[in-house]
Amino acid sequence: MQETLRNLHNIVTDKTLSPSQKSHYLALEAENMLPYPALDAETQEALDQRVICDMYEGHAPYKPRYVLPDYSIVLRNGSEYLELPVPVTLDEAINTLMIAYHHVPSVTGMPVYIGQLDDLLLPFCDGVSDDDLYQKIKLFWRYLDRTLPDAFMHANIGPTDNRVARSILRVDAELKQTAPNLTFLYDPKISTDQILAIATNNIVECSKPHIANHPLHADTFDERGYGIVSCYNALPLAGGASTLTRVNLKEVALRSTDEADFFARSLPYYLNLNFRLAEHRIDYLFNESNFFNSFLVEEGWIEQDRFTAMYGIFAMAEAVNTLQKKEGRAGQYGFDEAANELGHKISRVLSEAVDRRPMENVWRDHAMLHAQAGLSDDVEATPGVRIPYGTEPDPVMHIEALAAHHQYYSSGISEILTLDETIKNNPEALLQLCKGAFSCGFREFTANVASNDLVRVTGFMIRLSDVEKFRKQEGSRTNTTVLGAEAADVTGILERKPRVVSHELSPGYSQ
Amino acid sequence: MNSALATVSKILTFSCVDGPGNRLVVFLQGCNFNCPGCHNPHTIGQCDHCGDCIAACHAAALSLVDGRISFDPVACDLCDNCLEACPISANPMAQQYSVTEILELARKHLPFLSGITVSGGEATMQLKFVVALFEAIKSDQELANLTCYIDSNGHLGASNWEKLLPVTDGVMLDIKAFHGPAHRELTGKDNDRSLQSARILHAAGKLHELRFLLVPGKTDCDAELDGLVDFVRTLGTETRVRLNAFQHHGVRGDALAWEKMPETGVDMAAERLRAAGINNVHTPAVYV
Repeated sequence: MQETLRNLHNIVTDKTLSPSQKSHYLALEAENMLPYPALDAETQEALDQRVICDMYEGHAPYKPRYVLPDYSIVLRNGSEYLELPVPVTLDEAINTLMIAYHHVPSVTGMPVYIGQLDDLLLPFCDGVSDDDLYQKIKLFWRYLDRTLPDAFMHANIGPTDNRVARSILRVDAELKQTAPNLTFLYDPKISTDQILAIATNNIVECSKPHIANHPLHADTFDERGYGIVSCYNALPLAGGASTLTRVNLKEVALRSTDEADFFARSLPYYLNLNFRLAEHRIDYLFNESNFFNSFLVEEGWIEQDRFTAMYGIFAMAEAVNTLQKKEGRAGQYGFDEAANELGHKISRVLSEAVDRRPMENVWRDHAMLHAQAGLSDDVEATPGVRIPYGTEPDPVMHIEALAAHHQYYSSGISEILTLDETIKNNPEALLQLCKGAFSCGFREFTANVASNDLVRVTGFMIRLSDVEKFRKQEGSRTNTTVLGAEAADVTGILERKPRVVSHELSPGYSQ
Repeated sequence: MNSALATVSKILTFSCVDGPGNRLVVFLQGCNFNCPGCHNPHTIGQCDHCGDCIAACHAAALSLVDGRISFDPVACDLCDNCLEACPISANPMAQQYSVTEILELARKHLPFLSGITVSGGEATMQLKFVVALFEAIKSDQELANLTCYIDSNGHLGASNWEKLLPVTDGVMLDIKAFHGPAHRELTGKDNDRSLQSARILHAAGKLHELRFLLVPGKTDCDAELDGLVDFVRTLGTETRVRLNAFQHHGVRGDALAWEKMPETGVDMAAERLRAAGINNVHTPAVYV
């Protein structure tokens, strides 16, 4: 108790946190004073050893991890609970959304999904001039960054080429804000080359948007649709994810005598425990928390049976390299074909395990596999199936090494390609890279241009200048900078090597 | 099987600085200029199998087999010490590639590629290979959409351009200097053939880009910049001009004592060109 009180005192008196940031941390501490949902001894042990991980979501899940409301409901019907009339003008529609966001819970306490904004707003744009639309989006964007300053908050646009999407891309490149994060859904049959070019030009400007392979995602979900939220998680619209539990594949490999033992014994063992961990947490959310006793359900923004369980894995690179070592093979993950194929095999086995296991209170009765993009305190454990920081091959080799994984990770997978600044003189190369990635089966395309102040750390956006400021103890307005500073210190993430894409011919083969 | 062979210094599957879009770049070994300021001096010479590099290779990737250097790319850890040890600016890691092998590479990476560029060294020194490669690409159903570009110093003669241009989509042409003495100092050769090549390429509509390397005190002077302006005007002010900045990366020997070209100097030169009505001027994104 003494330690708990000291912890609370430290939060309350912290020099760098704002009052609302303090409230958030205090609430987490309070939740964690409650007992954890009762786990069996094996699951508890694996959790304590962090072979499996609950993402530190808290002891008492009283809200789903990610909520993706169907905002078209409130725009079409208004809200009785929130006493909102049906919006008629664009101003009213944006205002309705701005209010709605404050009533959408998530693991961070801020909405992770703010909607398919072009679909939502286009019906209100008749008679609105391009210039007015741009001005209104600009104010909307400023509002989002200043009042919901969390880079996990995610807007979606596309796949059509439309006025709202173009205005958003224009404003986003101009303001270069951390929030909101942005995904453009790309469909080669629907999206124009022009809007994809605008999107890739924006990546050069500010490392946003992230581009999603819409046809692949659309096939994974149903008519009701999906959204990309937070760190590139693909989830059912009007639902979301109750929980995300993840397996540290490196730890599993370390607990295996060899490759055969990994596949036959240790992997199935820990996969089972990770299912159990998710089940305990979902049981609590559905049976005890009363979360679904909410106007969000009554008014149809969300549906109780559209929440999936995200089944996460990470440290694939270290797992493969560990097994390679145990088998006396030199090839490293990302570079050696046999090592890469071992990785692909692990992904296939994971996907089959998820498909075999029925789960209660989960959308379509099965979890969805997810290549988890890391936590800021992960040490020597690379996010998802990515290649370790600073050792990546050139972007084309990088994509080719990882493409075969993507088919398995239905609730999201992302690689971050770091490009050096020479790409600024040739955005067409970025466009070609994106198209190439999608034709190889990539679900998502994400790139950083080396000199951008705005970069992705693990999966969310931070400003490098904010990290510097935070280190100098000035505090930061955006919540994710705290995580970013921690990630930069612990995981060496800013050492991600800008890829040499240049004429400067450094000799030697297969670099 | 197309068995034309080239000596290849290196191949890149991703480059955004060797023509439009992303390109597969094949760097051919060997150059007919001997520029003291070369950024890739190890691409100039051709290996004479003297064996001086073997001792420098701590990974034991180099050996002499039947009097010829043999290179094991699997053992190589890319330390590049052999390049320093080579007395004739050659590259013991250079390998022979056939047209068929390059086509296979292009096929493998096709979804990522806008085209293919041969660079160097001086690519046109291996003219037969380049013609055979581009012909093969143009006549291959799957690869025909790839554009074929050359990065050249322009020393190739008119009759040889005639062989190359029908299968070439564009050329990035370097002019190292516009005045004879400066060009001789910077390359060891006269510039008349390079200038002639620029005219030929422009007339054929295949001069993608004219490149000019700014070296402080050597090519950033009034006389050289005026020479550039006058020459570009004879081609047409719409000509795409890229100003490159001399830097120390990769440079060896006396040229390391030359000053680096600062961004401000490049910007001033670019302004001067624009003021003279040449508007399609490009400058480096990065200074290292």
